[in-house]
Amino acid sequence: MLDITLRSLLISSSATLLGLLWSIPIALAISMKEFRGKSVVKSVFNALLGIPTVALGLILWILYARRGPFGPLHLLYTPIGMIIGEAILITPIIVSFTTSALETVHPEVKDLTRTLGASERQTSFAVLSEAKNGTILAIIAAFNRSIAELGVALMVGGNIYGYTQVLTTKIATGVNMGETVLCLELTAILLAIVFFLTLAMNLLRRD
Amino acid sequence: MLEELVSISREYDGVPVIKTLSMKVRDGQVLSIIGPNGAGKTTLLRMMALLEKPTEGKIYYNGKKVDGSSLNKIRGRVTMVFQRTVNFNKTVFKNVAYGLELKKMSQNEIERSVMRTLDLVGMKKFADRPAKKLSGGEQQRLAIARALVLDPELLLLDEPTANLDPKNTLGVERIINEIKGKTTVVVSTNNPYQAGRLSDRIACLLDGRLISEGTPKEIIDRPRDARIKKFVRGELIQ
Repeated sequence: MLDITLRSLLISSSATLLGLLWSIPIALAISMKEFRGKSVVKSVFNALLGIPTVALGLILWILYARRGPFGPLHLLYTPIGMIIGEAILITPIIVSFTTSALETVHPEVKDLTRTLGASERQTSFAVLSEAKNGTILAIIAAFNRSIAELGVALMVGGNIYGYTQVLTTKIATGVNMGETVLCLELTAILLAIVFFLTLAMNLLRRD
Repeated sequence: MLEELVSISREYDGVPVIKTLSMKVRDGQVLSIIGPNGAGKTTLLRMMALLEKPTEGKIYYNGKKVDGSSLNKIRGRVTMVFQRTVNFNKTVFKNVAYGLELKKMSQNEIERSVMRTLDLVGMKKFADRPAKKLSGGEQQRLAIARALVLDPELLLLDEPTANLDPKNTLGVERIINEIKGKTTVVVSTNNPYQAGRLSDRIACLLDGRLISEGTPKEIIDRPRDARIKKFVRGELIQ
């Protein structure tokens, strides 16, 4: 049980960190730069918020499959493949929520930091820091989505005992195998993780 | 000459806001830009702060033409306090320290400079307060402190007392008088008498054009232009 829980935490937190690596710069670019098609880009990310996880799982399965474009990388049924898949899944969440948070920051904050001698990168950090609460909310939502999703984990990870089995895949498959009590315990762990992590992050959000 | 604007114009979506204007900012002086709302004062200050490029014309800083390569070197030496006060969601101390931290100064130096500047604006005892919980007047003084701590060559104040009561207005004017002669200051205001109290020179802006420039006596006490006479008397001008 501990093994599955730790693996779930490791895969979901790695996916969240990986997703943050590209999602935050995307959100900064969308909110701070003016470009043609900006509203279309925002709409696409908003629409992708509701992507069914099995649909993404299937697409990734095809891409990762031995004869797929990423077949040579041997990502299918590996924790790395799951981390990448979940990072992709949570990208729209981080981008959309963070963009909304950044757009609520006073537009003159950008000008203010520039007149104080900040570079473009330092200006972005300052704006991000002003949108700290919204960004933390995006991280919470992304992590929760990652640890609680089933489609990508099952299709890309394959629920291999001791290797890619995580809380959600074990709960989903364990019920069919008559392990109802174990599944209930794992569900309690999953809910506890989501609850306590959200609580901890909310404490961070306090001014 | 610290900054010189040569035949600058600024348009937004084809609408001219500043129309072929030339102006000189002399070292160590307080220059007030007066004019009614919509005259183009804020746009002019934003161009002086190098936050916006003129659609046409050139800007010289310390005799050198401002371009992309010199922009970052000049920023930080020219600071601006905005009409709508903007403060970081941090303590008063951290707000003032921000620009110094960018310069990678030591913590001791930062602490000394910040406390000295907070003292200058009468806010030493507010150092640990969250900036967002200050009153309007205190927030404006904080914004001035954050700009002043950098020891700027040019300080631009965009209607710094527009939203303040008389007591806080006097507080801000006192700060400007304290730094007079040490820092070059450009203040925009729609109060001609305030400009008269604070300035070495006054430029009068109307509908994006510089209609007159001179000493407070020339502009406020003995205005030649009929439109300035009306503006000083508080009458509507077209």
